[in-house]
Amino acid sequence: MHNNLQVKFGPLLFKNPVVAASGTFGTGYQQHFDLSQLGGICSKGLTLEPKAGNKGIRIWETASGIMNSIGLENIGIKSYLKQELPILRDLKVRIIVNVSGATIEEYIKIVSLIPEEVDLIELNISCPNVQEGGLLFGMTSQTARELVREVRKVTKLPLMVKLSPNTDDLVKIAQSCEEEGADGLSLINTFKAMAVDLDQRKPVFDNVYAGLSGPAIKPIALRMVHEVCQKVSIPVMGIGGICNGRDALEFIMVGATCIQVGTANFMNPAVCLQIIEEMDRYLKKEGIHSLEEIRGIIK
Amino acid sequence: MAKIIFNRKIASNIYHLKIEGKFEGSRGQFYMLRGWDGYHPVLSRPFSIFDLDSQSISFIYQVIGEGTRLLSKLKKEDTIQIFGPYGKGFPPAKGNVALIGGGMGLAPLYLTARELKVDNKVELVDIYLGFKEKAFLTDCFEKVAHKLIIDIGGLISQKVNVNLYDYVFACGPEEMMKAIVKQKKEQKTQIFISLERRMGCGLGACLSCTCQTSKGNKLTCQDGPVFRGEEIFFA
Repeated sequence: MHNNLQVKFGPLLFKNPVVAASGTFGTGYQQHFDLSQLGGICSKGLTLEPKAGNKGIRIWETASGIMNSIGLENIGIKSYLKQELPILRDLKVRIIVNVSGATIEEYIKIVSLIPEEVDLIELNISCPNVQEGGLLFGMTSQTARELVREVRKVTKLPLMVKLSPNTDDLVKIAQSCEEEGADGLSLINTFKAMAVDLDQRKPVFDNVYAGLSGPAIKPIALRMVHEVCQKVSIPVMGIGGICNGRDALEFIMVGATCIQVGTANFMNPAVCLQIIEEMDRYLKKEGIHSLEEIRGIIK
Repeated sequence: MAKIIFNRKIASNIYHLKIEGKFEGSRGQFYMLRGWDGYHPVLSRPFSIFDLDSQSISFIYQVIGEGTRLLSKLKKEDTIQIFGPYGKGFPPAKGNVALIGGGMGLAPLYLTARELKVDNKVELVDIYLGFKEKAFLTDCFEKVAHKLIIDIGGLISQKVNVNLYDYVFACGPEEMMKAIVKQKKEQKTQIFISLERRMGCGLGACLSCTCQTSKGNKLTCQDGPVFRGEEIFFA
């Protein structure tokens, strides 16, 4: 246990701020380290009904990044609650359930099914790869506001909204979510991007566009987290290309309370654990007793 | 970090990489290899176990893109990151067994053959290897086969009659594996194939490597890479 790393995210105490991001982590990682050391784990993006996901190539590399077009393949919320939640519950980490929908009604239905043993709901309004990914709601502050308002009515669980970078309105969207009662925000999801197969003279992805993640997007993600943290008072989970303890601390310094690790899990399956240890070492070296001392120090 | 014993070119663009250490793993399982520092390429590369003993593990790979190009530059004593073993490999077998490899698909068959050769439930192990232009590693396979059949430039699937065998383990181009599965007429013949898919994590998290099967979507990395041949809807 690293007491200096404990953080409060809204009403929730996290043993450390390191959270495995949605769609990049699962119980398979137990092969590499004891998952109970994590701050939290986000589920794969879940929908009301199971989804088969997108056809064609689903992952593609670019310089210091990857593009994905998984298309929210998932077993559906009901199977998740029955099959996977009990396994995670035993790990004693914060369980974050990431949910998506195509309509407000779908979001309401899925959120209503989430039981109290879940610590935090991550409302995904930012998957760029399918219509049901909610990006429709993540593009403008008006649509985000309506969705959060309606979802807020049907759950007492802490609610976090995962924001998209694919909008001109990021800060306004963040503020709308706060005003409608969100307990926190996570940002950012992947950037809408594209890859071309030169030999075949066509897009690599069947869907043409895909979501870019990884170290390539970190500087933009950092700027976006900084912008949002200046304008909201609810806690933020910073996401975007975090690969090591220094990256994580940069996000904390621009105002994030927790951080999520995504693509880096693919480079090193034990990276979350390393990030926790590197953060701890830094704090000890600098004589910092709590992350609160450095959170948001960059104005 | 593990240390490289050798990284030898064995044919045009094809390398045999041997790494020092005691590694876990069974036939048909794979490891993710990362032979470079930093974040480019982002993804580690999946390779089937070619051979394994108490002091080393080895892999066969072809230089295709940036990741394998960087791997090919590694020398004796260099270090490499290696994550695994992942996935489900080839099952136990008995009676007469055929191993069929197309091109780089031979990689998971050597350890398989070596184990089956000394398995007293197995009567014989025939190995069929197909190559596009030039054969490689045949002397190695010769030692672990009752009969080794080589094809260069044609279709190895046409040189085998799978119905003569109790178990058939195949790895290679999808067309080859499809043709092999199609041949099956005898109920007793059990065909297992090892699939290749573009992978992200290797641990069942990213869902990049989903394959379509008669039992719904399966993960090549976690539910496979070895599947019953009849279950797979080939691409």
